[in-house]
Amino acid sequence: MREAEEELPRIVGIARGRRGFLPSDNQAAYGLLFPALLVLFALMVVPLAALLALSFWRQEGFTLLREFSLDNYRFIFALSPEPRYLGAIPFPFENPIYLMLAVKSVLMSALATAAVVLLAYPMAYFLAFRTHQHKFIWLIVVTIPFWTSYLLRLYAWKIMLGGNGVVNASLMNLGVLTEPLGFLLYNPFAVVIVLAHSWAAFAILPIYVSLEKIDRSLLEAAANLGDGPWQRFRSITLPLSRPGIVAAVLLVFIPTVGDYFTPQVVGGTSGMMIGNIVQSLFTRTNNAPLGAAVSIVTMAIVTLVATGFVALAADRRKRPGGRDDAVAA
Amino acid sequence: MRSRPDLLALYGVAYVLFLYGPLLLIPIFSFNDSIYVAFPLNGFTVRWYEELFANRVMLRAAWNSLMLAAAVSVVSTAVGLLAARALTRYRVSGRSFLLGMISVPLVVPGIVFGIALLILFRRFLGVELSLYTVGAGHLLLCVPFATLTLLSRMESFDLSLEEASHNLGENAWHTFWRVTFPLARPGVLASLLLTFTVCFDEVVLAFFLSGTEQTLPIYIYSQLRFPQRLPSVLALGTCILAVSIALIALAEWLRRGGGRHAQDGGQNA
Repeated sequence: MREAEEELPRIVGIARGRRGFLPSDNQAAYGLLFPALLVLFALMVVPLAALLALSFWRQEGFTLLREFSLDNYRFIFALSPEPRYLGAIPFPFENPIYLMLAVKSVLMSALATAAVVLLAYPMAYFLAFRTHQHKFIWLIVVTIPFWTSYLLRLYAWKIMLGGNGVVNASLMNLGVLTEPLGFLLYNPFAVVIVLAHSWAAFAILPIYVSLEKIDRSLLEAAANLGDGPWQRFRSITLPLSRPGIVAAVLLVFIPTVGDYFTPQVVGGTSGMMIGNIVQSLFTRTNNAPLGAAVSIVTMAIVTLVATGFVALAADRRKRPGGRDDAVAA
Repeated sequence: MRSRPDLLALYGVAYVLFLYGPLLLIPIFSFNDSIYVAFPLNGFTVRWYEELFANRVMLRAAWNSLMLAAAVSVVSTAVGLLAARALTRYRVSGRSFLLGMISVPLVVPGIVFGIALLILFRRFLGVELSLYTVGAGHLLLCVPFATLTLLSRMESFDLSLEEASHNLGENAWHTFWRVTFPLARPGVLASLLLTFTVCFDEVVLAFFLSGTEQTLPIYIYSQLRFPQRLPSVLALGTCILAVSIALIALAEWLRRGGGRHAQDGGQNA
C-alpha cells in the first residue's frame, strides 16, 4: 500500500525534489489544509463510518432496525454441509453467492491486472528508452484515453465485440467466419479485455516512472562488461523497475474489483461481479444493510489480497540482487 | 540496444491503436446512415446530430452537467490550491500520511463511495438526492485530482522569489497575488480543466447520488435500453470526446510544463 501511496502522486506528475522548504509552521500549513481535510472527513471518513454502521443494522421488509447485530455477517458466512463450487473452489456456505462473487471478482481483476501490466510493460519500456524528442507527446497520447468518458469507452467496446461488431464483421469479410461469433460479448473475458483497456494508463505510468529513474550508466557498465541485452534486462532493468510494477498492480487491481459498469454493460450474467450485486442490494433487492456488509467483506478481502501481494513482492526484494534502495528512493 | 528498435516501436504504435481504435468507432458510427450500429457502413448522414440537438431531455442533462462540472472544478481547484500551497510552502508534519489520505479517493472503487455517501445522505441525514448530492460526491473525487495536479506544478517553484518579494517589503497577500499566483496559474488552469472533465464524465457516483435531475452520463446510460437511440447517443459521444480530448490535451500540456523545460522537462521534453 505504501508504494501505491508513493506512486500515485508521481503518476499525477509530482516532481520528487523538495528543495527550498521554508521553516516548519504547522499551524499555518494546517490552516491551508483545512478545507481539503474537511472534504476528506465529511465526504469520505463519515460516509465510510456510516457504511460500517449500517452493515450492523438489519432490514426487515421495509423497516430498518437500528440496533447492533451481526445478522448480516452471519447471513454471509453461515455454513452449509453441502458446498457449492466455483470452478474447483468449494464454498461451504448457506448463501454462497456473495463470497463466490467476491472471489470471482478478485480472480477476474487479477486476470485483468496481469493482462494490463504485461501489455503495459513493453509500452512503458518503449516510452522510457526509445522515445526522445517526442516523449512528451507520447506521454500525453497514452494518458488521454484514461480521461475520456468511461461510459463512452464501454459503448465503444460493445460496438467492437457485438454480434455485428467490428471483430465479427471483419472476420466474416475475410471469409474466416460464416456466422458471427456470439461469445465475444457478455462473458468474463469481455470484462477482462475492457478492464485491460480502461486501466492502461494506471499501469503504464508507474512502470514508466520507475524505468525512467534507472541510471543509464549501469546499463552501459553492464554492456561494457560483456552482458547481452537479455542479460542486462534481467539483471538490471527488470529488478529496478519492480517498484513500478508493484504500484501498477495495486493501482489496477484495487479499483477494478469494485467496478460495476463494465460487467453491467459487457459482462452479461456470466460476467457479473460483486459490484453488481451490491448495487442490486441497494436498489432492486432493497436490503441496504446486507449490501453494506457485503461491501465491507469485499473490501476486507481486497485489502488482504493486496497486502499479501505487497508482502510477497517485498520478500522477493530481500534476495541478493533485489534492490531495496530502489524502492526507498 | 540499437539492434532492433523497430520491433518495440511497432509495439508502441500497436498499443496506441489498441487504446484509440475502439474510441474511433464512436465518431465513425455517429455519421453512419443506419439505425443499426454494425458493419457494413451505410453512407454518410448528420441526422443523428440534428436529432440530438432537438432533444430537450438531453439538452437539460447537458446543462446540468455543465453547471455541476463548472461549480465542482472551481471549488475543488480552490481547495486543492490551498492544500498544495501548504504542502509545498511548509514542512508539514505527517506529509506523506496527508498525501496518502488525499490519494485514497483515487484508488478506492467509486461504488464504495457511491453507496457510503448514499447511506449518509438518505439514512442518516434524510437529504433528498439532487444535483447537490452528486456534486458532493464529485468534490470528493476532484479535490485529490486538483491537489496532486497543483502540487506537481508548485513543487518546482523557486521559493526564493517569494522570499525576495517578502524581503522587499510586500505583505503576504501581495506576495501571493503578485508572485505565487502568477507562477501557479498554469497549474490552476490544468487543475480546472482536469477536474471539469472528471466531473463531467463521472458516472458511478452520479448513478447512486442523482435524484430526478439527470447528469449527461446518467442520461447516456439510461439510453442504453433503447437500441434505436444508440446512433444519436454516439453523436453525443462524439461531441463529448472531441471536447474532452481538447481540454485534456491542453491541461496535460500546461501541467507538464507547457512545452518549456520546466521541473522534469529534462526527462519529458
